Amino acid sequence: MTPSGSVVLPNDRRAEAAASRSARPRGDAGDSRTEVRFAPAIPTISGTAETLADVTNDLRSTNNLQPEDDPRVPAGARVTRSGKIKTRVASKPNVALMLTLGVLALVTVFTMVTMNYGKVPFAQAFAAAVGDFVTMMLQPGLAGHFTLPDVVEGLFVSLALALLTTFIGAVIAFVLGLLAASNLSNRAASNAIKVLMSVARAVPTILWVLVFSVAIGLGPEAAVIGLLFHSVAYLVKAYSESFEEVDAGVIEALRASGASWWQVVFQGVVPEKVNEMLSWTFIRFEINFVNAVAVGAVAGAGGIGYQLFLAGSFYYNIHEVGLIVYLCLAVAVVLEVVATKLRKRYIVQH
Amino acid sequence: MTERTMQPAGLRASLRGKGAVPRGSYDGSFFRRRTLAIVAAAVVFVALGAVSGTFVGFDSIKAILDVPGGLVWMATQFVPSLPSLDKLGTILPALGSTILASIASSCTAAVLAYICAVLGSRSVGVGGPVPLVVRGIASLFRNIPVVAWAFILLFSFKQSEFTGFFALFLTSFGYLTRCFLESVDEMSTGPVEALRATGATYGQIVAHAVIPLSIASVVSWVLYMIETNIRDATLIGILTGTGIGFVFDIYYKSFRYDVAGLVVLAIIAVCIACELVSNYVRRRIL
Repeated sequence: MTPSGSVVLPNDRRAEAAASRSARPRGDAGDSRTEVRFAPAIPTISGTAETLADVTNDLRSTNNLQPEDDPRVPAGARVTRSGKIKTRVASKPNVALMLTLGVLALVTVFTMVTMNYGKVPFAQAFAAAVGDFVTMMLQPGLAGHFTLPDVVEGLFVSLALALLTTFIGAVIAFVLGLLAASNLSNRAASNAIKVLMSVARAVPTILWVLVFSVAIGLGPEAAVIGLLFHSVAYLVKAYSESFEEVDAGVIEALRASGASWWQVVFQGVVPEKVNEMLSWTFIRFEINFVNAVAVGAVAGAGGIGYQLFLAGSFYYNIHEVGLIVYLCLAVAVVLEVVATKLRKRYIVQH
Repeated sequence: MTERTMQPAGLRASLRGKGAVPRGSYDGSFFRRRTLAIVAAAVVFVALGAVSGTFVGFDSIKAILDVPGGLVWMATQFVPSLPSLDKLGTILPALGSTILASIASSCTAAVLAYICAVLGSRSVGVGGPVPLVVRGIASLFRNIPVVAWAFILLFSFKQSEFTGFFALFLTSFGYLTRCFLESVDEMSTGPVEALRATGATYGQIVAHAVIPLSIASVVSWVLYMIETNIRDATLIGILTGTGIGFVFDIYYKSFRYDVAGLVVLAIIAVCIACELVSNYVRRRIL
């Protein structure tokens, strides 16, 4: 929205002014609405840029002034050939943005048109889905397949899996994060770890769990190892980025006083970043709980997710699904609220 | 730092003890207390981990020993063989439909989520109970397990591409609403106030201040959502029998690990390509 990029201008002074303005941050909408500054000069304002430009045009024609000589046109404002002030300028980021939006819209429309909607009449299916959803949310209950202690135990199993994954993941990620931080490690190690982590992240969690449940057998070990890959990749990224924010002077001062690498880490870096690391770890714990439920359903790793899967695809009991969903929701909402609070307090401030 | 923020004030005071040093003078026990707090936190974490480990029967030694073996097994069994390349004819269309469904679900969810986020924003919203309602709905849609969505949709829409799309749409909607609420609330309120002062209507304020100020971060979130959806589409595909997840499930359950490995490689390639493209686009638009 801020005029930037190269547009042909009437004279050099204007071009210079525009170039100096282009350094301002993008999205400064007050700048692009030229009419706001313009207001005192014109007796009647109806509010939109077009009208204002027309008024200017009229004034100019009566006074017989060229647009660039008009004292009411602020220095640096872009003027069209007919003398109107441009309120939108095609800068490179704007063009890229519009292009991106256009491509996304096209792909979406294409997908929606060519999609296979199945053989079920749409309206009828939609009504049935909404009905099921309402039943699930309003009439949760047990139907004899599980007892309440069973389900609560399943919930704790999922929580325990998430907790284990988070702790083990945090320890591994701490070491890898130190090696991946560019101010604590060398370039080769840092890049190698970053590439490795992006490959680990590219494989969906569920595939890691499925592969490991065949490779080492079903059980909590397969679930935790499968969940670990994404956990570690996520935490390494979070930790290493927060380590890189540490003031270079602190590290230099410690090094100059003869501190070893571990002393630099534990006396300089960790004390400064421990709150941020704990916040990130908790945020990951929240994600891990959601993943543990999903993984339990598909890979048979146990926990409340597996019970949800049984209730949904074997017993076809929407009331039991509802009860389990409520238990998951309760835990997830509590975790989400705490995670949001931690993020606001320790992470966003920078 | 740890003890100051992690423990309530009373506990902190009692930890300082009777011989607390007056504020401003050298406190010799500072480092001892700091070490104590870090060690205590570590002990609590290890204890929690041990309790949950015994609860689920997690054998940490077995797990450590199993990792290399598992990786080797994966590397030998999941290598695509030559005959598996014939299956590319079934893999690629499924992959294509998954990518398209991920993009479409992110974009449609983004439109709806943006409307909700603007109306429910605390700074430029319509006020009243709307912010609370929007936050509640966003949290509900985000936190209902995706497994439950998959069942509800599978019951009524049966096994079709739309089922997978709709499941992705619902989870994306919850997530994006939360992100957009943050973007809209974080943007500077100056332009909005300026427009309000000139007598602009609500529609004009949204069109000329809110959208231009937040569109770049919105697009950035949508790109991130597309990436996430391509990964999540695998899980949803397994549950609803659509897209690339279904193809993987078929070969995985029939022990054709070479073809399943090919599917995994295809997913990796798409995910990395998607990440690179969205990073490139992000650099251009910001």
